[in-house]
Amino acid sequence: MITTLIYSLTGLILFGMGFFTLIIHSHPLRKILAVNVMSTGVFLILVATAYIPLGEGEIDPVPHAMVLTGIVVSVSVTALALILACRIQETSNSSLPGRKQQGEVPEESIR
Amino acid sequence: MSYFIFTIFDIVLVLSMVWIAWHLLGTEDIFKAVVLFISFGLLMALAWVRMRAPDVALAEAALGAGLTGPLFLSALRRMNRPRKGERRLDSDEKR
Amino acid sequence: MSRTGKSHKRLDGFQRLLLLLVICMVMLLGYIIWSTPGSKPVLTDAVAQMQEYSGVESPVTAVLLNFRGYDTLLEVMVLLLAVIGTWSLTEAFFPVQGSEISPVQMGAVRLLAPVMCLVAAYLVWQGSHLAGGAFQGGAILGAAGVLVLVTELPGLRTIPVLSLRIGLVLGPLLFTGTALFCLFITGDLLGYPKGAGGWMILLVETGCAVSIGLTLALLFAGGRPDKESIWKNNP
Repeated sequence: MITTLIYSLTGLILFGMGFFTLIIHSHPLRKILAVNVMSTGVFLILVATAYIPLGEGEIDPVPHAMVLTGIVVSVSVTALALILACRIQETSNSSLPGRKQQGEVPEESIR
Repeated sequence: MSYFIFTIFDIVLVLSMVWIAWHLLGTEDIFKAVVLFISFGLLMALAWVRMRAPDVALAEAALGAGLTGPLFLSALRRMNRPRKGERRLDSDEKR
Repeated sequence: MSRTGKSHKRLDGFQRLLLLLVICMVMLLGYIIWSTPGSKPVLTDAVAQMQEYSGVESPVTAVLLNFRGYDTLLEVMVLLLAVIGTWSLTEAFFPVQGSEISPVQMGAVRLLAPVMCLVAAYLVWQGSHLAGGAFQGGAILGAAGVLVLVTELPGLRTIPVLSLRIGLVLGPLLFTGTALFCLFITGDLLGYPKGAGGWMILLVETGCAVSIGLTLALLFAGGRPDKESIWKNNP
């Protein structure tokens, strides 16, 4: 019981820290890091509620399966968000002289 | 007795996790934050093992620490690459 | 600690209000967690009862690929969508041309990559009775792919894009095919026929592990392969 409480509250604190950082920082990478910390906090709460001490019975496997799915999805979402952030920076830089590459012109005119 | 030791382990693990998370969210150097995030992922894997979730621990060790870190590092390199001599984006992050 | 402390001193009024609100939210949520009664294994018994029909011994794998297989099916689709999104956004960043790779790294990766593939295969097989499964195996495969990408092994650029595409859709296709096959045989989507659950799950898991590993490696590569680029500018 005390273990569940310790880990759930830690997950909550991680969630709160990530949420605050997500709002007040402007750098996209730090925002994505903050979202990752937030998601980790949520997973921690989810798994901690399923925890039963050794010898007092079997663990509920359903939250574990959900967290497993969640971790994989969060990694792919992180990758997509990072590429979007890079892309945003590249396109916002491309208005500067000498930054634009030849090949990117038709791509932007389409968009 | 073993219960007591486990609780102490829990508290130490939890405190180090929160400490690392605090630093990774608070430092101004993004590279340092990413490296701290990787170590945060490894500590999380330890926490999953403690929560009797070995499946999740395996996935976290491989994904959270092993893949997310390189993803961030390559994104960092990609973002800093074309702007030589200019201000880096994280230098104007000071509030 | 001193750095973060310094930056927190510089919070303006709006951010202080925000900090206060976030702390209030965390405390309220903490109260909710505090007052929640201790966890009772709600679904443990349900899973344990159906375990012998699932075809695997590991409860987590049974939940992932049998009882809640629909979730996992959609999740594999999400991974595919992430790659499609990445490919439509930008060109690949890796492999970088012209960077110097030390021969030690080359040799180490040449040795490590096959071992990692072996570990991944073992994890997938182990998933039926212990911790492990498609996601863990796929993650190891993805890590091997990342190593190979970073080291820029020769021959990486000669991999035909079509084979990458086939590898990406292998898992989703196998999964969907199995689901539809089960729909025809038993009348339920992903309701495996009796006795055949074990090898069907292993089949789906193998396909998914390959696809997940490839997906993660391609997400790390960060964009479509060069040959795919419609506006090709560097040969």
